[in-house]
Amino acid sequence: MSATVITITSGKGGVGKTTATANLSAGLAMQGKQVVAIDADIGLRNLDVVMGLENRIVYDLVHAVEGACRLRQAMIKDKRLEGLYLIPAAQSRDKTAVSPEDMVTICDQLRPDFDFILIDSPAGIEQGFKNAVAPADQVLIITTPEVSAVRDADRIIGIVEANEKGPARLIVNRLRPDMVQRGDMLDTNDVIDVLAIDLLGVVPEDESIIVSTNQGVPAVMENNSRAGQAFRNISGRLLGQDIPLMDTQAPTSWLERVSQLMRRQ
Amino acid sequence: MMSQARIDIKGTNYGLVVHIGPGDWDGLLGELVSRLDQTPSFFKGGRVALQVGPRQMTKGQLKHVGDLLQAHQMSLWAVITESDVTREQAMSLGLESTLIPVHAARPGDKEDGIAVSEETDAILVRRTLRSGQSLHHPGHVVVVGDVNPGAEIVAGGDVVVWGRLRGIVHAGASGDDSAVVCALALAPMQLRISRHITRSPGSELDQKHSNGIAPEVAFVQDDQIVVEPWGTK
Repeated sequence: MSATVITITSGKGGVGKTTATANLSAGLAMQGKQVVAIDADIGLRNLDVVMGLENRIVYDLVHAVEGACRLRQAMIKDKRLEGLYLIPAAQSRDKTAVSPEDMVTICDQLRPDFDFILIDSPAGIEQGFKNAVAPADQVLIITTPEVSAVRDADRIIGIVEANEKGPARLIVNRLRPDMVQRGDMLDTNDVIDVLAIDLLGVVPEDESIIVSTNQGVPAVMENNSRAGQAFRNISGRLLGQDIPLMDTQAPTSWLERVSQLMRRQ
Repeated sequence: MMSQARIDIKGTNYGLVVHIGPGDWDGLLGELVSRLDQTPSFFKGGRVALQVGPRQMTKGQLKHVGDLLQAHQMSLWAVITESDVTREQAMSLGLESTLIPVHAARPGDKEDGIAVSEETDAILVRRTLRSGQSLHHPGHVVVVGDVNPGAEIVAGGDVVVWGRLRGIVHAGASGDDSAVVCALALAPMQLRISRHITRSPGSELDQKHSNGIAPEVAFVQDDQIVVEPWGTK
């Protein structure tokens, strides 16, 4: 085995990097892959909470880098999914505790034993981002359909291209079809129009994400979550499966459906 | 005239022309530096012809001016003088002694053919300019690709974008009013030609449905930037 290292980044904060990392890691593990997720957001760790593994942390990434523990000791085995591991970030340190070379070394040590290494990048374009991108074989850019998020994504894509880590692929997160229909939100085509990179998937806005994040259970493991379905599809695409984009239309009540039918006739 | 400025910087068809009047050399040099520091971005990337009148200058002095301009990201290319000594010194440094227009052939000029002065060669950029990326060039700039919001082009001459222009563009940055900007879809956040500025009227969301391809050209007319559809003249 030689793992593919995928870094998930966005530039702007709060667009769903950590959620995407947790869900795609779980999604790949559900397909029987050996996956390790690394939280590179040192000082503001989150991935452990979203994956529901916070209370198991003994050692973290910085301990492993500094040799305070063996790398294996810093890896937390997921409680639900076989083959899924997390290397948490340190909470009491900052981004300078790890260098891009350290990240490359860590990933090279992990490569033989895994199919995928997913790295959750911090927001911004500084050291933390550089750490996260240094070992990447592939880069996934997360954006929401907002002008400010798209602007930051564009900046990040430029840097990724300059570092020859591209071509990056795009995930549009938190799309609200109702707002797009009203013309109040950029739609996926508007985003691609500016960013001009391949689209890997579109994740609709979904309240169940907030619930699952709070509970520490990735939405991808819940069958009736629309966002979870979108992440399952993206996981499949990462494995090379040909899965069409899902219809992001919000589910409508039976009353609305009837009235739509009436109007059509 | 006693009150005449001792340093005068003008943007012309020949690029920037810096006129240095009579008087104490060191004082004049100090004045030049403070003028350049006032609006550094405006002069950035420009080429400069020095007009020194009858002043006799040494090679060292000329070199000093050249370095000084270089430090402000400008290049000295010519020295215009009535003094034979100064001219000789300038030529020994490889500088021109007569003005050559930046744009040798302009629409409306009578000469036939296309002459391009070596100083203002165009560059061709074949990729998308993304947010945060900026391109400075003393000559013309041609982009085959999009110029995204947040990207910046500053050119001494014209700017041509074979794609969507949605960033910030400054043509004729060294003070050339005759520079033009054209693009397949001209929707820059801000468009500057020489010292003229216009900005985009609406937000991105407003513009998103008017993204059709309609080539336009922007130029300066009566001290204002005018945008016209391509090919209707």
